[in-house]
Amino acid sequence: MAHTKFRFIDFIKYFSLLIGVFVVLFPPYVVIVNAFKSTDEFNATSSTALPKSFLNFDNFVAVFERGGLLSGFGNVLFIIIITLTLNILFGTMVAYVLGRFSFKMKPMVFGAYLVATIIPSITTQVATFGIIKDLGLYNTLGAPIVLYIGADVIQIILYMQFIRNIPFDLDENAMVEGASLFKIYRSIIFPLLTPATATLVILKTIGIYNDMYIPYLYMPKQSLGVVTTVLMRFQGVNSGEWNLICAAILIILLPTVILYIFLQRYIFEGVTSGAVK
Amino acid sequence: MFGTLSYNKQKNIIIVSFLLIPLILLGTFTYYPAIKLIYYSFTNWDGYSPEKPWVGLANYREVFSTPDIFLVFKHNFAYFVMGIIQNIVAIYFAVVLNSKLRGKNAFRIMLFLPYIMNGVAVAFMFGYVFDTTNGSLNMLLNSIGLSGLSETSWLGTEGLVNYSLASIGFWRFMGYNMVIYIASLQAIPRDIYEAAKIDGAGTFQTLWRITLPNMKAVIQLNLFLTVTGALEVFDLPFVLTKGGPAGASQTYVMRVVDTAFAYNNYGLASAMSIILLFFVVFVLLIQQLVLNRGGDK
Repeated sequence: MAHTKFRFIDFIKYFSLLIGVFVVLFPPYVVIVNAFKSTDEFNATSSTALPKSFLNFDNFVAVFERGGLLSGFGNVLFIIIITLTLNILFGTMVAYVLGRFSFKMKPMVFGAYLVATIIPSITTQVATFGIIKDLGLYNTLGAPIVLYIGADVIQIILYMQFIRNIPFDLDENAMVEGASLFKIYRSIIFPLLTPATATLVILKTIGIYNDMYIPYLYMPKQSLGVVTTVLMRFQGVNSGEWNLICAAILIILLPTVILYIFLQRYIFEGVTSGAVK
Repeated sequence: MFGTLSYNKQKNIIIVSFLLIPLILLGTFTYYPAIKLIYYSFTNWDGYSPEKPWVGLANYREVFSTPDIFLVFKHNFAYFVMGIIQNIVAIYFAVVLNSKLRGKNAFRIMLFLPYIMNGVAVAFMFGYVFDTTNGSLNMLLNSIGLSGLSETSWLGTEGLVNYSLASIGFWRFMGYNMVIYIASLQAIPRDIYEAAKIDGAGTFQTLWRITLPNMKAVIQLNLFLTVTGALEVFDLPFVLTKGGPAGASQTYVMRVVDTAFAYNNYGLASAMSIILLFFVVFVLLIQQLVLNRGGDK
């Protein structure tokens, strides 16, 4: 009896998981099959039917020619590289100071980062907009960069956890040898934070790549489109031509999916360490 | 040169110089806007004039006396409902994937996949799935015999559009919740389960008496994110329906953005933002209260 009951539970488990996977994969499947269809083929076939050939790249070529997608990729890559370089630098610096020294203002500094998370940044943009304009950054790549580089509290907590696990002996030994505190940060702490940095780089890359609001609001200029705003414009101009839009969607989905397939371990680590602690 | 200073002096220099730029950034782009927002909310600034006429509480009075503004929260409510269901499904899958099971890593990777996808691309993807005439959802419903449903205009029907949009959020974020729940499940010590088994506890008893209580803190965190997420929805309706049909999918934040950037009423928009901020803090306080009162864990 107990045996058959166990089997039944297993059946339920697998069945529900398969439904879950089907629900997850159905929309991308539809996008994939239609991205390879010519307009005539698209109109003639069902939207779930396979294309005649998966080698028909006409839609992808059209997207690149018409959509300005290359400059979108270029812009977002530029933003990501500059932002992450500075963000990792600042993030490790703050975490080093908060993790290794005690000083009077320390709880206040940490508290300032903590409280910042409950301010919905999406609505404070009404005021941020004026600041960006006053700084002369409106309609420049500088706008998203300055808005993204600030470290967030999850990043700081993640780094501080790592710093706590670096034995203080290492610092002391270096001090005995006469190393300055800056040198300790640069040649001991920073390199030992690499695993956390890797996780953060991946998560933040995905975050910036996927962001729509900030580029939309601060860089309406055509030449400053990033992938999300380019896609929005492309959809606006070509609305109804679903086979083309599917190709554009696919091109934009692909980079993060590839990143995810190869680096999922880091992504899971980052997501869980940020939230569970 | 720097290395020849005493460590105490070095420490002070490092603290100041390492914190300076990060704190300036935090101040300039988080706290200063928040303070400016409070100030704007007492003016009727139009967003470009040099003068910002002081109007006292008039904006707040306008928000609270215009039922129209608060009625949009009805649209946000759909996201709250779907968010709750999303958490329940996520807990279910987390429990399933935390049990002995073949291929559970592959399932976890699959179910988390939507989270890393580009939100705008996902929105358009669903724009196609939900399309009334060409849409693959209606085609699918037709092919499994639910042809009565297959004429549905998922994004064009007033009562339905918010749930359709919220289900996209469900699709994107269920896996994220699930991965967090899995991590919290793995943190529960094994021996509690062994002890329960020895005491003769059944599967559901174990789930109800051990697993769920031990996940309380994480469930509460996820609920907080669900509630605030529902209050702050913006991108899905903005990208897909522009608030339509006839404003039926306009959310509160969309209204704030429109009030500021389309109608140049920064004062009113700021007051609306401050009220939203109060709601978020209010939700947080309530949760803290509940958390601390039932604080046996």
